[in-house]
Amino acid sequence: MARHSSAYQRGSSFPTGAGPSTGAAASTGTTASTGTAASTGTAPVGAGPATGTTPAIGAGPVAGAGTLTGAPTQAGRVASAGSPAHPGPVEPVPDTAVVINGAGISKRFVSYHNRATSLKERFVRRGGPAGEDFWALRDIDVTIGRGQTVGLAGANGSGKSTLLKVLAGILRPTSGTVAVQGRIASLLELGAGFNGELSGRDNVYLNASLLGLSKREIDRLFDSIVDFAELRHKIDDDVKHYSSGQYVRLGFAVAVHVDPDVLLVDEVLAVGDEAFQRKCLAKIAEFRAQGRTILFVTHSLDLIENMCDRVLVLESGTLIYDGQPAVGTKLLRQKLGSLPAEGPVDWQFATVRPHSVTFAAEPGGPLMVQYGPDEQLTVSVELDVTEGAPEHVYLHAYIVGQEEVPIWMMESPPGGFRVGPGRHVIDFTVPHLPELLGAFAVKVHVSDASTGAPVTTRRFEELFGVNGSQADGLLKVDYEARLRG
Amino acid sequence: MTGQPGTGLEPGTNQDVHRLAHRSRAQTRVRWELLRNLVRKDLKVKYKGSSLGFAWSLANPLLLLVVYTFVFQIVLKSGIPRFGIYLMSGLLIWNAFSGSVSAACGAVVANANLVKKVRFPLAVLPLSAVGFAAVHFLLQLVVLFAVILIIGYPLIGPDLLLILPAGAVALTFTVALSLLVSALNVRYRDTAHLLDVALLAWFWLNPMVYAFGLIQDKLHEWTWVYLLNPMAVVVITFQRAIYHLPAGYHPPPGSSPGAKSVLAHSGYSFYLEHLAVAGGISLALLWLGLHVFRTMQADFAEDL
Repeated sequence: MARHSSAYQRGSSFPTGAGPSTGAAASTGTTASTGTAASTGTAPVGAGPATGTTPAIGAGPVAGAGTLTGAPTQAGRVASAGSPAHPGPVEPVPDTAVVINGAGISKRFVSYHNRATSLKERFVRRGGPAGEDFWALRDIDVTIGRGQTVGLAGANGSGKSTLLKVLAGILRPTSGTVAVQGRIASLLELGAGFNGELSGRDNVYLNASLLGLSKREIDRLFDSIVDFAELRHKIDDDVKHYSSGQYVRLGFAVAVHVDPDVLLVDEVLAVGDEAFQRKCLAKIAEFRAQGRTILFVTHSLDLIENMCDRVLVLESGTLIYDGQPAVGTKLLRQKLGSLPAEGPVDWQFATVRPHSVTFAAEPGGPLMVQYGPDEQLTVSVELDVTEGAPEHVYLHAYIVGQEEVPIWMMESPPGGFRVGPGRHVIDFTVPHLPELLGAFAVKVHVSDASTGAPVTTRRFEELFGVNGSQADGLLKVDYEARLRG
Repeated sequence: MTGQPGTGLEPGTNQDVHRLAHRSRAQTRVRWELLRNLVRKDLKVKYKGSSLGFAWSLANPLLLLVVYTFVFQIVLKSGIPRFGIYLMSGLLIWNAFSGSVSAACGAVVANANLVKKVRFPLAVLPLSAVGFAAVHFLLQLVVLFAVILIIGYPLIGPDLLLILPAGAVALTFTVALSLLVSALNVRYRDTAHLLDVALLAWFWLNPMVYAFGLIQDKLHEWTWVYLLNPMAVVVITFQRAIYHLPAGYHPPPGSSPGAKSVLAHSGYSFYLEHLAVAGGISLALLWLGLHVFRTMQADFAEDL
């Protein structure tokens, strides 16, 4: 059982991966935003916070959080009005050709509880328990013009990759329309279409043919593909004898040589060795220079700031920002750095389910909801752990006040708790409650202690009250009032 | 990077918009060239490094011909003369049909990796399975013709032209069913199992091993129900086109009653009429198959 108290601000080190990036945010965030402030003062949302952070170097995410708090709501529907309203800073090439046009895109993934997966079920089993459907995207409008380099950013499970696939015409939106003009090639499929039994030459022809090229076009590009992949000596060998590096190189060479109008990149830069990544980035930069359209999914905010003209920020399937990369990444850093991102799954479907929360003075003592300052409080969180849960779970319990303002946070000791399947109760005991006034709730965030990957988040409805003596305000502080002069 | 066709074009011009639309279509419409490449790939993968393998697949029907002739003509005495030729003339097209449909059924699922990541016309997957079987069928047909001519049986004549309409109906029907089952199998994975069983039973609903006369004797005026099966019509037409009874053949007395008419009819109009009906059924099924495939293909990436 953990017995350490902490101020809420320590929450910046919670394990959603924002820990290291908050550090980076302080430096890269400010440099990038200085640049933006200087170059594009026109962006209505961007100008304010960007200049605001410039003097506050070192304050980093905290200052950013302060200045940008209004941004999500304010910028919330920039999406719809965004690109047409101020095309200047967003589109580098004044351009009438729209390559991708999506309107009102929503995507629902039907829960497998609800869907027949065999003909037998389709005709025999009607009705049955209804599972929750999951909306991966909600009502997204986006227009992407020729020559834009657009980054798709957001926390895990926010719908980035889904949006990329919908825009690429691979997934169909549940509602809304997507129109794509031109040839799409993607770096999410390096060698996906290769057949190990065929030679490199045959595979190049087949893969390029799938991407919509005619034989004549491939004939013309063939030499340059082979040279780029540095595989001239092996091009007539079967692909199954290639090393994984050679395989990926050939796939990459085909994807970038098919003269795509739109290039899709999905976290591809996370794979491959450093030399390959450099080559990827160089090629992407070359594509930018040629005025091609590039769509990017990445977690690397630095990459977005360096490579993109525009960023789309998604949160739980909603487009919350569309515009300047510097502003978008700051918004995202602030979001990732303040409260834990929503776990990738709803708590009801998680492997570790925060089942209930109770309040008492002693662990296991009679339940109470009303406490006085300086009294002892034990917050007991009951976890329902199922098969397939992480071996060690890490818990953050946020005590939140009105309007979800976090008052303080409590977490598991380093390394988390080792739990097996079944019910477990974790007690957080506060020996002396501070001088507070109000009713408070608990928000529990569960993550995998070994990887830091979020498991789920649940905000409980149960409240406990603390009746401090002060008449107004949340907190009692020592002060004195005196008349001067 | 060498040639960059079109990058010199001014964006926004009419020509440019047209070009973009054309290139977009190339990734969403089925193209002959892509289909041909996929069929060639399948052939190459199957017969890679073994010219013997290719010869073997052609020799396979010959071997069947010998075995079945022995079993049915000598051991079981089916009463159908030149039984091997009779069997082969119907069996080849049936094999092409059932081979196409069962390969097409798994085609989308087998290429899940591609479907989930690349934008391309998905219908090429089942269609290339049909193409692959069609290539085999044509080669085997050539072998069968060669055998018939070498043995010295009659073959060349106006009858042989019946192959063309029958082949067209068979192709339409095969494509239709292939599209249908390949789409269904993505979401309802038991389609493949059901199809296996159905094909096994369906085999016997075509007069390949037995004579069509047997059915006529049993069903009389209800024979048309039997011929609602487009494959049965295709099979009897192929038999009429390729198989010829020995000159002056009369069924030996006391032989099975079906032997009295091995072929369904001596004229042509009988076949053409039934082919028209079968063609109509096939076209209706093709419409259904296309509709189902188009509707369901948008969810393939999600269901796989």
